[in-house]
Amino acid sequence: MKVTIDGIPVDVEPGTTILNAARQIGGDIVPPAMCYYSKLEGSGGKCRTCLVKVSKGSEKDPRPMPKLVASCRTNVMDGMEVQNITSPEVIEARKGIVEILLINHPLDCPICDQAGECDLQNLGFEHGAVKTRYEFDRRTFEKIDIGDKIQLHMTRCILCYRCVFTADQITDHRIHGILNRGDHSEISTYIKAAVDNDFSGNVIDVCPVGALTDKTFRFKNRVWFTKPVDAHRDCDHEKCNGKVTLWYKGEEVLRVTARKDKYGEVEEFICNTCRFDKKKTSDWVIEGPRKISHHSVISANHYEFKPLPVLKTNPQLMEKNKEQFERDTRL
Amino acid sequence: MARKLLLEHINVSGINTFDVYRSKGGYASVEKALKTMSPDDVVEEVKKSGLRGRGGAGFPTGMKWSFLAKPEGVARYLVCNADESEPGTFKDRYLMTYLPHLLIEGMIVSSFALGAKTSYIYVRGEMMPQIRILERAIAEAKNAGFLGKNILGTGYDLELYVQPGGGAYICGEETALLESLEGKRGNPRIKPPFPAIAGLYGCPTVVNNVESIAAVVPIINEGGDEYTKIGIGRSTGTKLISAGGNIKNPGVFEIELGLPVEEFLYSDEYCGGIANGKRLKAVVAGGSSVPILPANLFLKTINNEPRLMSYESLADGGFVSGTMMGSGGFIAFDEDQCIVRNTWNFTRFYHHESCGQCSPCREGTGWMEKVLHRLEHGHGKMSDMDLLVDVSKKIEGNTICPLGDAAAWPVASAIRHFRDEFEWHVTNPSEATSRNYGLAHYADPLPKKEEPVA
Repeated sequence: MKVTIDGIPVDVEPGTTILNAARQIGGDIVPPAMCYYSKLEGSGGKCRTCLVKVSKGSEKDPRPMPKLVASCRTNVMDGMEVQNITSPEVIEARKGIVEILLINHPLDCPICDQAGECDLQNLGFEHGAVKTRYEFDRRTFEKIDIGDKIQLHMTRCILCYRCVFTADQITDHRIHGILNRGDHSEISTYIKAAVDNDFSGNVIDVCPVGALTDKTFRFKNRVWFTKPVDAHRDCDHEKCNGKVTLWYKGEEVLRVTARKDKYGEVEEFICNTCRFDKKKTSDWVIEGPRKISHHSVISANHYEFKPLPVLKTNPQLMEKNKEQFERDTRL
Repeated sequence: MARKLLLEHINVSGINTFDVYRSKGGYASVEKALKTMSPDDVVEEVKKSGLRGRGGAGFPTGMKWSFLAKPEGVARYLVCNADESEPGTFKDRYLMTYLPHLLIEGMIVSSFALGAKTSYIYVRGEMMPQIRILERAIAEAKNAGFLGKNILGTGYDLELYVQPGGGAYICGEETALLESLEGKRGNPRIKPPFPAIAGLYGCPTVVNNVESIAAVVPIINEGGDEYTKIGIGRSTGTKLISAGGNIKNPGVFEIELGLPVEEFLYSDEYCGGIANGKRLKAVVAGGSSVPILPANLFLKTINNEPRLMSYESLADGGFVSGTMMGSGGFIAFDEDQCIVRNTWNFTRFYHHESCGQCSPCREGTGWMEKVLHRLEHGHGKMSDMDLLVDVSKKIEGNTICPLGDAAAWPVASAIRHFRDEFEWHVTNPSEATSRNYGLAHYADPLPKKEEPVA
């Protein structure tokens, strides 16, 4: 099937969503997604940040869709034309959604463990306004411990339902859901029952914000000071293949997570033993440094400096920038 | 005297029992449909009648039925939406209380038309008396052979169940209703797929309002063509209007669509005018979620034509100067009512009832409520009006289900038409807490529309 997104044509399989078609193209035209998670069935459609305009329904029925649609849950049709960043209407709506997502968010990034790898932070940075127009008290909740390894801080939650789907689909017993309704609805483990399950740690990885955090990593370090390294071990859990990312600070492994792709989605879910208990280099077979997009703040402290080619070939420029060049290449 | 199709025998004593209802010609449509018509004939007849959904959206019922997927070997369901919770609307409760057999008769005919072997009436949890009434009526009908196996010897089986809901407004949205009926949390589903393809338990399902299903009975009895003779244009038949607010006789009235609103509001047959000799200030024409209109724009359209009680005429002028038929919850406000307070009250309702699934509605309704609360209690700012309009625009159309739209429209329309009153609340905060703005110019004759220069 042929789809055109922001004027870029792409051929995709029938049944692909607009979002996934856009991801096949890649780049700036990929709508942001806070609640959609390709590994979780039924996720998506809730946060509304991925709204796009369908300016031509399909080849057969070229009428545009009357409203903006959630690209993560709308399948493509042959000949469909979609506008994302080329449509002012979409940009305006997305700006509104970002503002709305942030009105009850505590904005405590300076003390939040997720900072640096937070989808909401990135989204706010790219689309949000500098100031909010919200002048009221923000919704707050008490922190809840889910077992001894995971902490739930509902105040930061954007109710994407990813952890609910994870509990539903990845873990064996679901004791995890939503209580109440509207802006006081909260993620809850029923009567604070501890999640005692081999895969419960994955809710930390799927959480787009800092609502679910790893207690073994809590306040240990900022993610951009740590160094991600791919590693694996021979895990004896039948559903876990032991492929992880280790986050080093010096010689010490501060935390273990599943390997995340550039959309923040894990490649494969890992078990709690790998995540929480194996924190020695000797437990792992190191594969090499994890590639993190250079746009991410995590790469900020360990980039390789490559002087622009023009600097190396133009003697005049080399002379002019000698001092600068030496300082930069020394790092 | 206008024709009554649904409430014809409402004053007969004992009409809620099977025997009296039958003696007044009840269940004739079941006999007619099951014995002389095929399911497709029934659908065709409803299509011909032009009946439009009475729950609020006004989607043609016959068309909705014909969209139902009919795969082999998969059950189909008819679900009656009796989760009536719109502020201002109480027609379905009235119908179920006094004429339970009319609904059951409609359910049998509609289920037969759709080929459903099991049908549900989803009643909101607060309506416990109505649930008991319906259950008793179902038992009576079953006893008389109109429900259960082999109805009237035609070989058609139907089981009808009444399911109480938990009392959430959101469960009146059809997919949330189906989730709730399946025993899950009542969150609206993301469409597509539509219920006509995958609804209850993943099977093709039709969800209809109580009144739409009841209206099938006169359509089958008298024929679709006869039904179209009542009403005006594409608004055919009769409609129940539950009138409330500052009027002399509040209650449920059956009107022929196309009745002038002025007649509906002031004639003694219907509302009987504004109570206590006061003057009309504003009207919410179809339940709390439709745009509110000032008196002058409500009685006359922007083109200075008298407004009629019909889907088209009420919507004349779009959202700029029109409103909607909605679910027929007619609320009149006299000159002593405060629009700011009313808007705040409506928004408080939507804030409370938002399911919290998608972000614009979850956070936006709370935000609007807080700003309106501030305005109403004398702490507002001049910029609040623009803020409210902007927030309502951010919500409208960007949500999963229509609750977001329903929350945004009353706020946007109140500010559009009653901006003076909102501004007065900001400029005179102490006065605004002790007295109301009054009628002002809201009932003045409309200015003559300027003729475009040729």
